[in-house]
Amino acid sequence: MSDLTDLYQSVILDHNKRPRNRGRLPAATRVATGDNPTCGDNCTVYLRLDGDRIAAISFEGQGCAISQASASLMTTQLKGKTAAEAAAAFADFKDIVTTGRQPEEFSETAAFAGVHAFPARIKCATLGWHAALEALKQPDQPSPS
Amino acid sequence: MSADFSRARADFPALHQTVNGRPLVYLDNAATTHKPRAVIDALVHYYEHDNSNVHRGLHALSMRSTDSFEAARARAAQFLNAADPAEIIFTRGTTEGINLVAQSWGPAHLKAGDIILATEMEHHSNLVPWQRLAARTGATLRLVPVAGDDAEHGLDLDALDRLLTPQVKLFAFTHISNTLGTINPAAELCARARKVGALTVVDAAQSAGHEPLDVRALGCDFLAFSGHKMAGPTGIGVLYGRRALLDALDPWQTGGGMVASVTYEGAQWKPSPERFEAGTPNIADAVALHTAMDYLDTLGRPALAVHDHALALEARAALAGIPGVRVLGPRAGQPRAGLVSFALKDAHAHDVVTFADQDGIALRGGHHCNQPLMKKLGLPSTVRASFYLYNTADDIAVLTASLRRIVKFFGGG
Repeated sequence: MSDLTDLYQSVILDHNKRPRNRGRLPAATRVATGDNPTCGDNCTVYLRLDGDRIAAISFEGQGCAISQASASLMTTQLKGKTAAEAAAAFADFKDIVTTGRQPEEFSETAAFAGVHAFPARIKCATLGWHAALEALKQPDQPSPS
Repeated sequence: MSADFSRARADFPALHQTVNGRPLVYLDNAATTHKPRAVIDALVHYYEHDNSNVHRGLHALSMRSTDSFEAARARAAQFLNAADPAEIIFTRGTTEGINLVAQSWGPAHLKAGDIILATEMEHHSNLVPWQRLAARTGATLRLVPVAGDDAEHGLDLDALDRLLTPQVKLFAFTHISNTLGTINPAAELCARARKVGALTVVDAAQSAGHEPLDVRALGCDFLAFSGHKMAGPTGIGVLYGRRALLDALDPWQTGGGMVASVTYEGAQWKPSPERFEAGTPNIADAVALHTAMDYLDTLGRPALAVHDHALALEARAALAGIPGVRVLGPRAGQPRAGLVSFALKDAHAHDVVTFADQDGIALRGGHHCNQPLMKKLGLPSTVRASFYLYNTADDIAVLTASLRRIVKFFGGG
């Protein structure tokens, strides 16, 4: 299982075990949940925008190591971005996980290139990203807390 | 000592392959079983020799097709010890059989205030049709609880006493839980339902291919199973219904083959089973299902049950020795059908399934079409290993070795 251990090593040892920005964001003004009905995984993304940029972002949910680590990494990459920049970042990420190519600039995203060898898991890697982009499409809501 | 079916393993062509460089260890039999050569040959033979429509043509091929199709029906009646082949309706599978009952029987027999009873361990296919029927008719759906933190006590039979009131018109339950491996006391459940005048629907998807079934001994009113979970083809299943009930039901689909006479103004229905088989049926798969039933009975269903149950008990014991494993359903040593569902503390089910696949092992990871039960047990998903006649103790050894590596990799143990 060498391809697989290569894929999981960096992913699991870091983001899955010590997820970044995990938990509810009290000051969130936008919330969206992504579900994977075939496996029961879910990911809720909380956002707060400052002007047109993401000022704060967090996620919570249940799922496999790939989905949780990917959501964790996603929060670190989207902070400070506009909706258009976030959409471009997702397009880049999606291309990496489906084709296996390396990212143009070195980043932790490289770990996810290995997902392309496991097509059934691509939807796991994109679950959190879909939720984030969905949240970005919404109008601002009053902070829930 | 369980029966030895190791020679039967050679009958299943698809088992003899490597996956990711390892010999296939197929442990996803609760989802679908593999098919023996005889069943595959029956399909090919039908299409190469007899292919024709049934019940309509007067030519040789149509008569042969009709004879084969009706012989399959008679065989299914015998397989279930039904009184009459007219009590056997061919469906696409268990799901369609249950939906047929919900749609044909339901609206004409339920009103506001009536109760449909099911259980907390039902597959979505024996839950959602009843939810929908309740919504359509104003009836209420109630569920028999599952007892124990790991569902180890099965159905709460004390609660069943309280729930089975005269308002209950129908009690639908699974014979064997696809998620837990629990074997429900089907005959007792039917007898209790009968006392309050409720009809019973038994989901036999997980039992039909694994142990003897006798609808008259069970005392059920309806029973549904799928061919593909018992060495037969996909796309064919059986709904058994008591003759007196079936002849009083309206059809659920209408069209050719199910009508006695038609005018431009209306139509009259044929009796069961044709009444419930509108359109050209799945002839080839019914014929191959006949072969699958013969195959299982040649091996002997009582021996199959002993074999599958023994493997599940062995697997349960082996898994309990792996750190961080939580096994659902019956406790160690308690009777259990041929499957084991479990969760690992440090690894998600989908990660486990992907890793095991690299070792050539086919497992199922997920909610097993039982989301509400998973939620109740506080689990997003589990891993399930399910056994059939061709599985061996060696398969369990491969599985446990793989799981030990996975647990170690994910930092447990």
